[in-house]
Amino acid sequence: MSWFGRLKEGLSRSAGALSQGLAGVFGSAAVDTATLQDLEELLISSDLGVQASARIAAKLGEKRWGPTVPPNEARTALAAAIAAILQPAERPLDVTTAKPFVVLMVGVNGTGKTTTIGKLASRLRGEGKSVLLVAGDTFRAAAIEQLKAWGERAGAPVLAREAGADAAGLAFDALTQAKTQGTDVVLIDTAGRLQNKANLMAELAKIVRVLKKVDPAAPHAVLLVLDATTGQNARAQVAAFKELVQVSGLVMAKLDGTARGGMLVALAEEFGLPIHFVGVGERVDDLQTFSARAFARALVGLES
Amino acid sequence: MMFETLSTRLGTVFDKLRGRGALTEADVDAALREVRVALLEADVALPIVKDFVAHVRTKAVGQDVIKSVSPGQLVIKIVYDELVATLGAETATLNFNAEPPVPILMVGLQGSGKTTTTAKLGARLEKQDKRKVLMASLDVYRPAAQEQLRILGEQTGVAVLPVIEGQQPVDIAKRAMNAAKLRGMDVVLLDTAGRLSIDEAMMREAAAIRDAVRPTEVLLVADALTGQDAVNTAKIFKERLGITGIVLTRIDGDARGGAALSMRQATGAPIKLIGTGEKMDALEPFHPDRIAGRILGMGDVVSLVEKAKDVIDQEEAAKLEAKVMAGGFDMNDLLSQLRQMRKMGGMEGLLSMLPGVGQMKAAMAANRVDDKMISRQEAIILSMTQEERRKVAILNARRRQRIAAGSGTTVADVNKLLKQHRTMADMFKKVGKLGKKGMARMLAGMGGGGLGGGGGLPPGFGR
Ligand SMILES: Nc1nc2c(ncn2[C@@H]2O[C@H](COP(=O)(O)OP(=O)(O)OP(=O)(O)O)[C@@H](O)[C@H]2O)c(=O)[nH]1
Ligand SMILES: [Mg+2]
Repeated sequence: MSWFGRLKEGLSRSAGALSQGLAGVFGSAAVDTATLQDLEELLISSDLGVQASARIAAKLGEKRWGPTVPPNEARTALAAAIAAILQPAERPLDVTTAKPFVVLMVGVNGTGKTTTIGKLASRLRGEGKSVLLVAGDTFRAAAIEQLKAWGERAGAPVLAREAGADAAGLAFDALTQAKTQGTDVVLIDTAGRLQNKANLMAELAKIVRVLKKVDPAAPHAVLLVLDATTGQNARAQVAAFKELVQVSGLVMAKLDGTARGGMLVALAEEFGLPIHFVGVGERVDDLQTFSARAFARALVGLES
Repeated sequence: MMFETLSTRLGTVFDKLRGRGALTEADVDAALREVRVALLEADVALPIVKDFVAHVRTKAVGQDVIKSVSPGQLVIKIVYDELVATLGAETATLNFNAEPPVPILMVGLQGSGKTTTTAKLGARLEKQDKRKVLMASLDVYRPAAQEQLRILGEQTGVAVLPVIEGQQPVDIAKRAMNAAKLRGMDVVLLDTAGRLSIDEAMMREAAAIRDAVRPTEVLLVADALTGQDAVNTAKIFKERLGITGIVLTRIDGDARGGAALSMRQATGAPIKLIGTGEKMDALEPFHPDRIAGRILGMGDVVSLVEKAKDVIDQEEAAKLEAKVMAGGFDMNDLLSQLRQMRKMGGMEGLLSMLPGVGQMKAAMAANRVDDKMISRQEAIILSMTQEERRKVAILNARRRQRIAAGSGTTVADVNKLLKQHRTMADMFKKVGKLGKKGMARMLAGMGGGGLGGGGGLPPGFGR
């Protein structure tokens, strides 16, 4: 199934409410203040946040509408406004700029880091690249076994040490090994951590420092995995991880649920980070390249 | 970007209103617009916000504005009280009212913290309640999920049902019940796979598990970081599975936790427990007052007050209170305040109880406020004579120089401390008029939280 099809399949279930709401908003008459306020509220309930919602609604209000607004036209305009904000973030991850290309996967507990690594590994293997998975979550029970299972699914070797081992040391060995073996891509899993735990964040920074000892340009990508169900706290997550480990791009997992992931819009405006992928399920091929237009249109319940 | 606290927002709305009869409809509506934004920024779901605001409105209109309290504070109080009431006034306990083994079913979205919570709950029931617990993982989908629970059980010494490869969730649940019965155990904790509320097959599976074991509790494990979706998810889980309680995880993050209100309102099910960390003992009873303060951006005011109460030597507190009421807050009092602060775990310990701590820590680092600074200030006071400590006014330039030299600091440091003391003394004078309650608040405020808005830093620590 196409990216849009897959995303749509997920989003249409969730966007139902928003689309219905939009029909209610635009179905009747001209776009007046009350209508715009309704629209703003619809955006708010998609987690776009109070400020971004207000801005987008205001922008739509500036448009010259006829005496009556066909629902589809208004919806298209809304999708376009959202897509315009997201467009600069639509930058795919290019893993060919270095060899080995080192990706560090970071994020809060349970957002979908390990699963995303598994899916990404499978996709890269499909493109004929050699991939090394690194079980850098030495803290959470059975995290190593979990990654090993994904390695098997993706057909990629997994480098691991015993539970409780030093993750930075493991990362060092992994990169050294990848260099000598000429591996194309190294995907490093890390333990989930809340961004307000200074000591845990420092551990993550240490992994980055140690990687640089092997290759000053590594990690070439630091991907922050966000959970689509997360609300306004996503902003604090991006800010903290960006500051401490120089996040280079975002992944949003769990977009196949009822959560709409509207935070991405606010985040794109505020941080200007690329959004590389979205997760739309638990299967190995449920990782899709981010498309601003498709995301925006699916969000407001439009066909691609 | 820091969210504005509700008190700051309302301060602006009510600036012109001070000390005027009763709250009019217009006053209340202006205030409630700000309340609405504050709740939304705290991730309370929109439909819940609307109901809540409408409800508060009926309570607020016509309320008398007391002279010593600003209209803004009055509205906050009404909102706060209403939040606490809505979140559940009494602490809810788990229901073990069935013939043992009593099954408890854990359900929720992917990655919400079910397995960790199951293991924590098992440890808690064994340790605190002396119940014999058997845990079983029914997650046959996520790689290594069963292994995860096995390891956690090993770590905490709680029994885990051995895995039979290929066995399906309903059958695992039945086997767990039988095994527990045979071994004379009290409780069976059933950990399930994460599932989306719209995943028809998976929701049917969960219902089948429930029907097979008839649990006394179906606990929805949910992430405190959840946004607007909280209301949808909670509603559907309630409809499909009849959840009896909510466990809110990752409360140790710095999210405002509006999901607590959304889920509580959407399901009517009480929040029974909260997860406060990654360690196996980090599971606690839910206190609505704390979450209410946090949703409103007031910091964990109540926790701070409680913690302060624990630590502060009762006598000293009484003495200080008497003095404060009389309006005489001297250097010895500041000294004992600094020491209390250290006892409570220093700035770090205090700060970790507040939301938005990341930013605050950064701000403090920028202003170089840390435990070292507390020690330095202590040293300055210790270099003063008893007379100087009691009568700050006599501290002329020569004395200040001596004190700086004696404490290994600079005159600028001494001046800064004096300024801080003055601000605090002034504040205490104001609070003295508010009586005991205000006093407790102010003590909390000194630790870094407090109602004051304004960044919440202790006086003099701002910049
Ligand atoms: N529905 C859905 N579930 C997902 C998606 N991505 C991950 N998950 C599920 O979310 C749960 C957590 O995913 P993990 O990959 O273990 O998350 P993590 O960030 O590695 O978790 P920790 O290592 O424990 O911090 C698992 O049950 C995954 O199957 C997605 O895109 N959609
Ligand atoms: Mg993981």
